[in-house]
Order: sequence, then structure tokens, then C-alpha cells
Amino acid sequence: MGFSATVGGTRHGFDDLRQLLACATPFRSGDALAGVAAESAAQRVAAQRALADLPLRHFLSESVVPYEADEVTRLIVDSHEPAAFAPIAHLTVGGFRDWLLAAEPADVTALAPGLTPEMVAALSKICRLQDLVSIAAKCRVVTRFRNTLGLPGTLSIRLQPNDPVDDPRGIAAQVLDGLLLGAGDAVIGVNPATDNVDNLCRVLGLLDAVRDRYAIPTQTCVLAHVTTTMLAMQRGAPVDLVFQSIGGTQGVNESFGVSLSLLAEAHAAALALGRGTLGDNCLYFETGQGSALSAGAHHGVDQQTLEARAYAVARRFRPLLVNSVVGFIGPEYLYDGKQITRAGLEDHLCGKLLGLPMGVDVCYTNHAEADQDDMDSLLTLLGVAGVTYVMGVPGADDTMLAYQSTSFHDGLYVRAALGKRPAPEFEAWLARMGLADRTPEALPMAVAGLL
Amino acid sequence: MTAPTLWRDLRRHTAARVGLGRVGNGLPTAAHLDFQEAHAWARDAVWSTLDVPALAAALGATVVASAAPDRRGYLLRPDLGRSLASGEAAKLAPMPGCFALVVADGLCATGVQAQAPALVPALQAGLHRAGWQVAPPVIATQARVAIGDAIGAALGAAMVAVLIGERPGLSAMDSLGIYLTAAPRPGRSDAERNCISNIRPGGLPVADAVAKLLWLVQAARALGQTGVALKDEQPALPLLPADQPGGR
Repeated sequence: MGFSATVGGTRHGFDDLRQLLACATPFRSGDALAGVAAESAAQRVAAQRALADLPLRHFLSESVVPYEADEVTRLIVDSHEPAAFAPIAHLTVGGFRDWLLAAEPADVTALAPGLTPEMVAALSKICRLQDLVSIAAKCRVVTRFRNTLGLPGTLSIRLQPNDPVDDPRGIAAQVLDGLLLGAGDAVIGVNPATDNVDNLCRVLGLLDAVRDRYAIPTQTCVLAHVTTTMLAMQRGAPVDLVFQSIGGTQGVNESFGVSLSLLAEAHAAALALGRGTLGDNCLYFETGQGSALSAGAHHGVDQQTLEARAYAVARRFRPLLVNSVVGFIGPEYLYDGKQITRAGLEDHLCGKLLGLPMGVDVCYTNHAEADQDDMDSLLTLLGVAGVTYVMGVPGADDTMLAYQSTSFHDGLYVRAALGKRPAPEFEAWLARMGLADRTPEALPMAVAGLL
Repeated sequence: MTAPTLWRDLRRHTAARVGLGRVGNGLPTAAHLDFQEAHAWARDAVWSTLDVPALAAALGATVVASAAPDRRGYLLRPDLGRSLASGEAAKLAPMPGCFALVVADGLCATGVQAQAPALVPALQAGLHRAGWQVAPPVIATQARVAIGDAIGAALGAAMVAVLIGERPGLSAMDSLGIYLTAAPRPGRSDAERNCISNIRPGGLPVADAVAKLLWLVQAARALGQTGVALKDEQPALPLLPADQPGGR
């Protein structure tokens, strides 16, 4: 079946839901690369009008990637909860936008199991930035492992002490620097320089020893491939959170070397360790627009809709943390600060509406047309939108991954500017350690021994 | 230790931007401008180009071009950087079952220019010792990792290693990665490759990178494939001396 809308006297037709969603998407380089972007501004707004008139129920009968061919589609269709959908079952996409802008937080939050990724992607395409911000701010998602993340009024930081060769002293110095600047309540998480089991066990041991020695109410993670982490768990390494990069089609997940059944196996193994003290949310996922096209597994679907589908994979496993690495993928997918900003806010909203503890890696690479000013504005917008967490990297410069993310100082800035606080258990720990209000010039004796 | 450890002393242990100080919740002016300068250098590095005649002479290499017309086209169209330009495959003399070495500019040519002259002969020597027939190196310009699939297929290679310039960071603008792919042919996915990254003077030294690649090649030959099925279980390398000057 087709869709159409008339703009300026010209009728624009769209063959299917996939084309309608792609043409309605605000311009980004990755959709042009895939050959699915609208051919003109008029065609785009026609698609947005047609999309706004589309009943939400339609999304339950037409999939953008075939059910038979894709386990992510099967997950989306088979896990939809009609009871949660009922309050909005009579609405169109445009009506849904209006409903959300007027709704109370509890009503928005309750929708999550009744929403599909394609519904929320469609919604985001007819939202301005302020809509993306204000609707997301109504979503409440709280997760727990050794502390409580996502409470209203909080903003957490992943302490990201990456080292080019996983040198323990380099990692430890960055952990200390981050703790001195109030970072680390979301997770202390290292991207390993090599996906080697010995190395993984060594870094896991280091992070766990630091956390344990100073009784820091947080969790640690080494972001290795899920199969490597499973080997580390078999060796008895202290694994708090299992990490994996995921995408929105079976094909992109295959390119990452994972499937739903493999993730389920890893989830069960992490649950069996029972290391969480306040809760059992024990997975950590990263995503990002463009990964499916990069893997040649996009099925002609626009990158933002596919990104939302990755969140269906994530929510199946009740993760502690999920973040889009929005500016990491490069200019062929998100060309400049404007595209990165919009994508970051779309990803945050879509993840939150689907019930995820959504963070964003506010970041850019040196081949993108972006700079610190763009990051400041996206970070501030996300703070207003209630982002669960952002990254903390010393001086915004990740010396291992060679990109720029938010710094520990940026975390202090956004918390102060918006009146946000760390996770409560971590905030109390900072106060006990004398780190809550200022950074001492001489390290507290309690932590100086770490090096 | 008697004297208290100062915050800025953390810089002894890492090249990361630790111990920068704090003014209110912001960065002190000098640290802020240091960052801006580093970003300016990195932006310029993205647009650096290989001195192809010099490198080809040093390596005895064949030179091929990707289908990307220029740097901007390369940045916006990765598909073009993964393919050989029309007619380029004809420059490659087939050598069935060989090991192919590809040297690609990638996202920054600086480190390739500096390190390939040491890396390539060391890899050739190690591969010969392991019994491989090694094809003459191929330099590929405006190239992405997957161009090794097209080159390897044209050569009939059993395995290809692509040495490629990594995206420049603020602290490292001279970094190389090596991607190993068994039975290369267009359409291979990234899950079918193994990667060694961050090869540069302040990161993974050339000798360690060579040792790791040779280990992976041997393991891949035994396993019959590369990618996520091939786990890097090489015993951990001894750590680098870590007391690099942290100041910049």
C-alpha cells in the first residue's frame, strides 16, 4: 500500500512505510549515502504531512524489515503489549505528538511496552528540537546495580579512562582524575585497546580492586566483545556489566558477531554472578545511527529508524545503561554539528520513550565538521532533556579512541548549570571522601595510594 | 612517599589530559587553548596526503587508487574508498594462495608515511619465515579498510593485511591500524577481520605489532578463518615503560 500528501499543488507519493519514514527524515549525510533521503525539501515536508496523518495502528501491520527475514523485527512484533498501547491506539502520529506534549510524565512512561521503535522514530521525525527535549524530559527510567541511576534531578557520568595500551597506571591516573571531578556514578568503563582475554581479565581486576578498596558505590565495565567477556566470566574475572555494541537489524548484529540468543546467554551468565547489590540491571549497550548501513545491512531503511530498532534489542535485556555514540561514526553518516545535535536528541528521546536508561556520548571525530561549541550546545540540550548520563573523559580527549567526548569538567558544568546531582549513593560517597564541593590540590591520602 | 601527591602529578602516569586544574567548573584558559590548538592540528592532519612516489620506492610497491575522486568524496562516500578505481585491478599480477600486504592512507597519511617503511619489511621477513609467499606490497590511495578485499581477490590471496592510517586524535596524529582478513573478497564483513590498532611511537611499538600480527596469522591459518571466531589469546605483552612525559 502507498501513502501520499499534496504540498503546493503537487502530489507526492510514497510506496511503503519504509520510503515514507526515510523521506520524512530531516536531512543527514548517511541517508543520502544510502540513497533513501528525500529528493527535495518539498518532498520531505509532504512525507512529514503524510506521516503525521498515519494511524499508529498501522505500525502494527507493516514492518520496515520483513518479519520472516529478521529476528529484530520478530522481537518487535512479538513483544508488543496491546494493553500499554491502548491509551494511544486511536491516535495518528501527529496526534501522538500533540498528546505527548500535553501529557503527564507518569502517562508517558507507562506507554513504553506498547510502543514500537518505528512509532517513536516516526514521531521524532515530525518533532523540532524543543519537542525532542520536552517530551524526553517526561520519561522516567530508573535502573540499579550498585547505585540508583535515572532519578529525577540527577545526571550521571560514565568515567571513561581509556589508555592506548591499557597501561594500569594510565588507567588509574584517569580514574583518580575523574573521581576528583565528580565523575563515575554511571560506570567506570574502559574501552580496551585489544580484545584479548588475558588483557580483559587484567583490566577488570584493576577496576574492581579500585572500586572495592575505596568502597565506591558504582559499577565497572571493560567494553570488550560479549564473547570475550563470557570467556572472562568463565575464568572467574570480576564482571559487573556485560557490554556489547548492537544495531537495529539481524544483519548489523551479525556484523558485530552477536545474535539475540548469544546476548541472552551472556545476560544469564551475568545474572548468575549476582554482583549487583541494589538491583540486577547488568547489561550495557552502545548504539549509533549509521551502523547498519556501514555493515551493508540497512534494508533501504533510514538510519534513524534503524537506530530506534536497536533499542528494541536493548530493552529485551533490561540494561543498566544504553548510549548512542552519536558523533563517533563520522561525517558520511552525520556530517556536522547540526546533524549530530539533532541525532543525539532523537536517539535520546526514542530510547527513553521505549523505556531505556538512555545516555548519549556527546562526541565528534576530527574528520567531522564539528567542534567544542557544538558539543556544549548538545550537552546543555540533553541536560534539559533529562539525559541519564554522559561520558567523562580527561580534557575531552580520548587518547585511545582518538575522538573528543565530554570532559569531567563538562559534567561539572552541566550539573551546575541545570541544578543536577549525581546518583544519590555516589553523591554521599563523594561527600564522605571530601570531594563533593571542590577538587583539592593535594590528593586525599585515602586515594593517593592508588598509584 | 612523604610529600603529598599533587593533582597535577597525575600527568606523570599518562598522556591523557589529567590534572588540568579547575576554575569554577571550567577549564583554566591555558588548558582550554591547548585543546583548541590540538584540534586545529588534527583537522589539518585529516587533509594530509601520502608522498606516494617516495613510499613506493622505499617499499618496492605497486600503487593503486580507490574509486574516491578526492578527499571530500572520500569522506562522504566510504563505498568508493572500499573499491578500486576502474582499471586498477589490472595492475595487480595474480599470485594464488599468497599473503597480500596493503598500505593505505586511510583517514590520516602522516603515520603511514612514517611507519610503513619499518613495518612492511619486518612483516615480510616474518611471513617468509612462516613459509608464506608474500606478494609485492600494494599502496592504495583514498582507501578504506575493505579495499584489501578487492586487492586480495585480484591477487588471489589467501590472506590480506591492510596497514591503514587511523583517524587522527588530539594526542595521536600518527597512528596506524592493521586489519587481517582471511580469504579476502568483496563483501566480507568487519566481523570477519581482526584488528591491531594504535601502532605509533607513543602507543603499540612496531615490533610488538609485528609479533601480534604474526601470531594472529598463524592462529588464523590453524582456524581457517579470521574475525570474532579468532580470539586474540596471545599471552599479554610486557608493558611499555609508562613514565612518558605527560606534559604537552
